[in-house]
Amino acid sequence: MIVSDVVCPFCGCLCDDLELEVVGDRIVRVKNGCSLAEATFMNDTRLPAPIRRTTTGWEEISYDEAVKETADILKDADRPLLYGWSSTHGESQSVGVHIAERIGAVIDNTSTVCHGPSILAIQEVGHPGCTLGQVKNRADVIIYWGCNPTEAHPRHMSRYTTYATGFFVPDAHMERTVIVVDTRRNDTVNIADEFLQVEPGGDYAVLSALRAIVRGKELVIPQKVAGISKEQLIRVAGICKNAKFGAIFFGLGLTMSRGKYKNVRNAIELTDELNRHTKFVISPMRGHGNVYGSNEVFTWMTGYPFAVDFARGIAFYNPGETTAVDILRRGECDAALIVASDPGANFPRTAAAHLAKIPTVVIDPHVNATTALSRIHIPCTAAGIDAAGTAYRMDGVPIRLKKVIERGYPDDAVILKKIYDRLNGGWDHD
Amino acid sequence: MTELLVKNACVIDPLNRISMEIMDISIRDGRIVDSVSAAAEVIDTHGCLTLPGGIDSHSHVCGTKVNFGRYMSPEDMRAGRTPRSGKMHVTSGYYVPTTYGNSYRYSRMGYTTVLEGAMAPLEARHTHEEFTATPHQDMLANTLFDGNWAIMEAVRDRDVRRTAAIVAWTLSAVKGYSIKLTNPGGTEAWGWGEDLTSIHDLVPNFNVTPAEIITTMIQANELLHLPHSVHLHCNNLGKPGNYQTTLETFDLVPDNNNARQTLYATHAQFHSYGGTTWRDINSQAEEIARSVNAKPQIVMDMGQIMFGRTMTMTADGPMEFNLYCLHHNKWSNHDVELETGSGIIPVLYSKKSLVNCVMWAIGLELALLTRNPYQCLLATDNPNGAPFVKYPEIIGLLMSKRYRDEEFATLHDGTGQRTVVSSLDREMDWNEIAIMTRAGQAQALGITAQGKGHLGVGAEADIAIYPIRCRDVDPATEYRKVVEGFQKTMYTIKRGRVVARDGDVIVEGANNTFWVNPSVPDEFSVASDPEFVKKFEEYYTVRMSNYPVQDVYLPRGKCIRTEMNL
Repeated sequence: MIVSDVVCPFCGCLCDDLELEVVGDRIVRVKNGCSLAEATFMNDTRLPAPIRRTTTGWEEISYDEAVKETADILKDADRPLLYGWSSTHGESQSVGVHIAERIGAVIDNTSTVCHGPSILAIQEVGHPGCTLGQVKNRADVIIYWGCNPTEAHPRHMSRYTTYATGFFVPDAHMERTVIVVDTRRNDTVNIADEFLQVEPGGDYAVLSALRAIVRGKELVIPQKVAGISKEQLIRVAGICKNAKFGAIFFGLGLTMSRGKYKNVRNAIELTDELNRHTKFVISPMRGHGNVYGSNEVFTWMTGYPFAVDFARGIAFYNPGETTAVDILRRGECDAALIVASDPGANFPRTAAAHLAKIPTVVIDPHVNATTALSRIHIPCTAAGIDAAGTAYRMDGVPIRLKKVIERGYPDDAVILKKIYDRLNGGWDHD
Repeated sequence: MTELLVKNACVIDPLNRISMEIMDISIRDGRIVDSVSAAAEVIDTHGCLTLPGGIDSHSHVCGTKVNFGRYMSPEDMRAGRTPRSGKMHVTSGYYVPTTYGNSYRYSRMGYTTVLEGAMAPLEARHTHEEFTATPHQDMLANTLFDGNWAIMEAVRDRDVRRTAAIVAWTLSAVKGYSIKLTNPGGTEAWGWGEDLTSIHDLVPNFNVTPAEIITTMIQANELLHLPHSVHLHCNNLGKPGNYQTTLETFDLVPDNNNARQTLYATHAQFHSYGGTTWRDINSQAEEIARSVNAKPQIVMDMGQIMFGRTMTMTADGPMEFNLYCLHHNKWSNHDVELETGSGIIPVLYSKKSLVNCVMWAIGLELALLTRNPYQCLLATDNPNGAPFVKYPEIIGLLMSKRYRDEEFATLHDGTGQRTVVSSLDREMDWNEIAIMTRAGQAQALGITAQGKGHLGVGAEADIAIYPIRCRDVDPATEYRKVVEGFQKTMYTIKRGRVVARDGDVIVEGANNTFWVNPSVPDEFSVASDPEFVKKFEEYYTVRMSNYPVQDVYLPRGKCIRTEMNL
């Protein structure tokens, strides 16, 4: 059977034009997808049943047992952490927030180790952005700053930017100028019209220099700024000012290098400045397929996009204090529920090590590095493969992930709801 | 079967011409009936003011830009927070509260139905997700068409039927309720960082004018028999001298519908400015009200501002950028491909600002100068003019000249020279307030047929009971009692069930979402039109099959079907 217009749940691009060939409960062919999409749909090896750590290894347990034990762990915890959420659908994220509120937990998502700094910058200065179709149909200047879409978002350029045919840009590849800013000569550089190779940690200075030039203060710029010649800076500022529509996309090269959220703030303020001359937008290249959805769901339910602490009964937010890495690193947290993410692979060693010390439960379709740190792993559906649900694209466009096959696993939202119900029943009998 | 009897209610029900009558209201299974059995649960109001549930015909509470307002504002989230309590979830925020915050606070004020003022079709799923998390109000979504490429092309071709067919397909696809035009044409121009300055400017690349978009959409709206009229945010919002644009726009509007207005002009305060710059801005509310008094086909809402901090958020992207250039505050912008724009910035309305004082006066003047209260409804364009929790104060100001004078005395000295509010003696009565906050809103939205806005037999039992004895209170002097009374109901009843009591929400909500599905003859349907489909697939970044909002997003959706009139 051929299923068309399938949404790939892997990265923040949420490409929705895939065609899958399905035989029974298996996907046998992926058309239109990138290599990441192919791996997502084809290499989908699941844990067959819930497992619990024993003194010598692992034992299989029933879902009911796993749910009960998870609820007990959370109930007994003084400072529980509910982390992850970015690879599942909004329906699960929403139950997660309800659990956190119910037990006074900290709930955080993967923004904490990716675009958290972008969110902090946006909270200071706002975010001039747009949906990706605006870029596709209008942009004649594209800037990729501190990101490598060729490897990380392989179809970003063909669907939304460089190679995408747009209404006002019918001959896309010829009509668009591509500028790449990075510390390394990455693969995306090969298609760039301008490449600014910034010295590591120099992004803030380069952004400041560009802002100064756009404001007509080029006299104050030294001959070289973080490895970039004044001449090139002036040329690039000119390209931006003369654009009909410019779009900056940035990645972790900006958010996680020296300066962190101040880099992003500077980039946003450069965008603001350019809007006084022409049209310019800026957007983070979000990683996980539904990380933006976790920000959205957390926000409408709690008021904050990530790092929400319910310990005081109200929703409290203070990144650096209520962020997952910090709570773990301080050894504060005494139980963790990890859903649809892999902090074992991505967190700093001290934070990951603490996960291994405390009772940690993983709800995830796949075995990952966090499994090795956990006490229980409960397998579930994978959103967009065998479960339908809502995901938010990196630009905020909500898309419904499809259920393409049935593999007999319970939806993580259902597992979470059972945990929630147990926590409710155990705490008061209303 | 569940029955409820509300006894000794002092009822004001303008649509049924009931004014301060002490009576009983019988409710069975969510509807108002003639009588109930002796087994019915009884609420004795002891003569307290009892009104149909409040209706907000223009408020921003759910969807992409509202949520972005929250996302970028931890400072506001800290400004209002409540813990989990009983059936109530945690809430955060003051001017852009979380969905539960909005829902509980509206419910506490007796509001049971809210129209979200602006939903971008491409992002409709988001709005509906938040509707589900706003459980105590029935919700409706104004659907944005101001920069819709297919619409502008149909308007350029002077093809009203095609315009109507595109509206019909879009409304049914995104489960929207009504046509919203925000700065028509201007949001498309903003795609290039430009704006339009008059309703006769040409939209870049599309060769249509705002005037043509407005008039064609009005025709399409009536052709489709939509329950609500075109809902317009006029061009040139917030610019000194813009009242001319507003008057010109009003002059375009025919009287095409006997049951309701033909144009809903939202947040009229922001469109009633005289002068040429911020230095000489003055009120032209008299001109606007004169025009509306002569045109029964127009209904407006006040768009009142109240002093304090709030967040401005609108699909009018260029306006927000202008505001950013004035305030240098944090600025967000979010243009939506082929459809519309949007922008957000926080503001502080201050009594020390002459401009803000003039704005405050204009909103009140519009209400006081409009003869028929059905033509000027009470709203703040929440949260743009003020968060909706300020409505009771606005009611107080409309009912009491003394309250207005006391407030006026605290304003910037120059306010008197630029406005007429201090010379207006009108004091609105209870009946007029009931019209401006429910009966008029229901009629304007076209939902009286859904049993909204009145308390006649057959109506939905959405009822607000306030701790106010209107026969014993003189609003002109005891306006504090009025304000306090409207801040917190004794009971808010939603579809026959008490949802809030003395300010606390006591049950889980179960709202409805009303949406419209206009049926169009096959020969005009755009879903199967190769030209429409081709452009959609080429220029949108989502596939046409993935665009419509699935039924699962409206767990309690109520579809209103209409027929296109040939």
